[in-house]
Amino acid sequence: MTAHLESGTHEVIPARGGLDQNWRKLLRYGGLLALVLVFVSLIGMPVKLDSRIVVEPYISMGYLSLLWLPALLGYTVSAEKVLEGMASHARGAHELVAGAIVGLVGGAGLALLIWGLDTRDLSDPLVNWGDNLLGLLTFNETVGYGMLVWLGISTGLGLLGGLLHLLPRTATRAVLTALLAVFLVSALESALDDISEGFRLEWLFEWLFEARGGLTPKGAIAVAVVAAGYVVFGRSRAKAVRQRYDAMPTVERTRANAALLVLAGVAVVVLPMFLGKLTNELLANVGLFLLLALGLNIVVGLAGILDLGYVAFFAVGGYTTAILTSPQSPGLSPELPWLVALVVVIGMATLAGLFIGAPVIRMRGDYLAIVTLGFGEIIRLTVRSDWASGLTGGAQGITGIPGAGIFGVAEVRGIDPQAVFYLVAFFCAVAIYVSWRLERSRLGRAWMAVREDESVAEAMGINTVNVKLMAFVVGAILASFSGAIFAAKVGSVFESSFKILVSIVILVVVIVGGMGRIAGVIAGAVVLIGVLGGPNQPGLLAEFSEFKLLIYGALLVWMMLKRPEGLIPNVRRSRELHQEEFLQDAWLRGQVDADEEGNTTGGATA
Amino acid sequence: MTDNGATPLLEFRGINTHYGAVHILKDVDLAIYPGELVCLLGGNASGKSTTLKTLLGMVTPTTGEVVLDGEVVNDKPTSYRVERGVTMVPENRRLFKRLTVKENLELGAYLRNDRDGIEADLERIYDMFPRVKERLGQKSGTLSGGEQQMVAMGRALMARPRVLLMDEPSMGLAPALVQTNFELIQQIHQAGVAIFMVEQNANMALSIADRGWVLQTGRVVLDDTADALLANPDLRASYLGEA
Repeated sequence: MTAHLESGTHEVIPARGGLDQNWRKLLRYGGLLALVLVFVSLIGMPVKLDSRIVVEPYISMGYLSLLWLPALLGYTVSAEKVLEGMASHARGAHELVAGAIVGLVGGAGLALLIWGLDTRDLSDPLVNWGDNLLGLLTFNETVGYGMLVWLGISTGLGLLGGLLHLLPRTATRAVLTALLAVFLVSALESALDDISEGFRLEWLFEWLFEARGGLTPKGAIAVAVVAAGYVVFGRSRAKAVRQRYDAMPTVERTRANAALLVLAGVAVVVLPMFLGKLTNELLANVGLFLLLALGLNIVVGLAGILDLGYVAFFAVGGYTTAILTSPQSPGLSPELPWLVALVVVIGMATLAGLFIGAPVIRMRGDYLAIVTLGFGEIIRLTVRSDWASGLTGGAQGITGIPGAGIFGVAEVRGIDPQAVFYLVAFFCAVAIYVSWRLERSRLGRAWMAVREDESVAEAMGINTVNVKLMAFVVGAILASFSGAIFAAKVGSVFESSFKILVSIVILVVVIVGGMGRIAGVIAGAVVLIGVLGGPNQPGLLAEFSEFKLLIYGALLVWMMLKRPEGLIPNVRRSRELHQEEFLQDAWLRGQVDADEEGNTTGGATA
Repeated sequence: MTDNGATPLLEFRGINTHYGAVHILKDVDLAIYPGELVCLLGGNASGKSTTLKTLLGMVTPTTGEVVLDGEVVNDKPTSYRVERGVTMVPENRRLFKRLTVKENLELGAYLRNDRDGIEADLERIYDMFPRVKERLGQKSGTLSGGEQQMVAMGRALMARPRVLLMDEPSMGLAPALVQTNFELIQQIHQAGVAIFMVEQNANMALSIADRGWVLQTGRVVLDDTADALLANPDLRASYLGEA
């Protein structure tokens, strides 16, 4: 928010008094805080997450789900964009009072909830209304005690949020990083358990974590100190490396990129050997969704076709594999080896892509999205129908899928998640390579042209129908690979695994990562599927699975508002935005140095 | 230029088009000869854009023939016509906004395979528009209106057109730019490219054109040399608004 303070050309005028406030704004933020706190309480987050300890015995994720909110809103109420050339007030009592008042109003909302919980019974529509919540909010003491404590806590946290404006930037960053690190380390507990075993670091794990779960106090302090230490001492060094990378000439940068790629490849191959079953299982799930997301990224990100029925192709891959390999498939049962089945899967996916694509592709925008949505469901319902149940097993599905034999070298099945991961990683690598090549090909250009302006693309002589069908088919094939591996991994397929939610989640992964960006899609898959979990798979934060959709939704809204370019934005675009900001600031200053402007423009376009 | 002996490059013979039940073009006859600069004038909803779309094959006529180099191309796709030298500069420039200037130019040459020829044409366009060369790596959506017009023309020229169809080239441009823009069109014309221009700015268009047609609710009501049209009292009254 205050990024331009550092450049030092803006004017600072004396601080406002503590009571010189925009009261209406404070009430608005306070009211919002109260509403969010009550909402979070009533959807059951505090109670459900209470069993997950962050720092034993002090704090659980349940309490944390409430505690971060007053601090956040206490901070944001006095956060404003400071541009170069604009005057801004010095920070002081004003920010503290504002934060505290917002916290107080929010705390009052929670206190009101406690009073209501105690006196009324609204458990009929509100399932979480009840003694569990009351007990948690009053710390199993009296109602009055609970109300007073929450008023105090909320006010205090709001004040702390305001205080962040007063601290030097490095200190703020250190504090926030330390808190975030403690939270993340605690959230990743089960994975760290697994990893520490592989690397013979059990002693460290046992020192950091309580046996019952949660960090030990000394562990939490150690993590916080390390994180804060990194911010204070290590960050400038990391920045210098980054700058050196940015300044590299293209050839050298390509070489650096290649080296990084090799390093990443080695990590993908070597790391799973040190990981336990649980983490490998998780990685395999991430990989399956990554493969789907990479395929959808071609369809949505490159060609701009909003396909909401993408799960259909995942289902085609899964069912084709099941029918061809399982001895228990009801109709046809040739019991082919997995690799042979895979060849048929490619053919079936191509056919399905053409079959669904052909009628749909002539439509544009919203119409297309709705029709694909329909087709996704049609495929699933057909699979379940009595008419097809002779082949697909209907609602009973197909079980007994033998697993994927790879040239007799390995037998990949669900009980060996590490092997599944390697298989998925191989296909992901293929998908990444294909996406990367296609993006730079003539076809890729044509896709982007169609995405930007279909009529003009047609006027350029691009056969838009063919080009869009190609995108559909490439996407379908990648999704069907994921389906084929999924079938071999799980050993059975049911139509319920191919619900519309899968399409939505994949789309969210692509959007959150950054449409059209391969690195972004990878980041999106790791964060969403790995941490929060996929539609049917738990992630690292298994307790959160009930709130997964809520978090997806909140994340999507936040992304659209704050970072529409995705988690990992296009470097070129962000540089442009940055330049734009610079020029705006310069304009505000009213003293654009002609040479200086010329230099920046030249630098950015070169 | 209208030698009666030469074959037209592009021709409409009794074209009728419909959108559903709506009759858009009614018995339209047009002929564009190689190296000509002609313009089609008409108010809103007179069928100007449909004419362009029909020429390029994005709309199929219900009756009549579209003739390219003496060949009836009614059932040939847009790409076939683009390959044979018919290219459009769309209304409002319509660049691929999130692609770079260079990518836009290269997409103009989408149907060409001669790498060396494409490189040479890029150089030619940089010579013609030095401003464009400075902005090659920039996203085209961030360019100014005048620069976008240059890129749009450059993109069309990358297809090595023999006839350039221009849809309202002066629309949405600052008055000062309109003049520069028409000079650019003349420059391209002098390089030997035939130009078929659809315009509302009749004065300006007729001042550089050889011939012109006036389209009214889908019918060609006037067909004459530019000078004659400029002098035509009917046109002056109804269309030029007595300029």
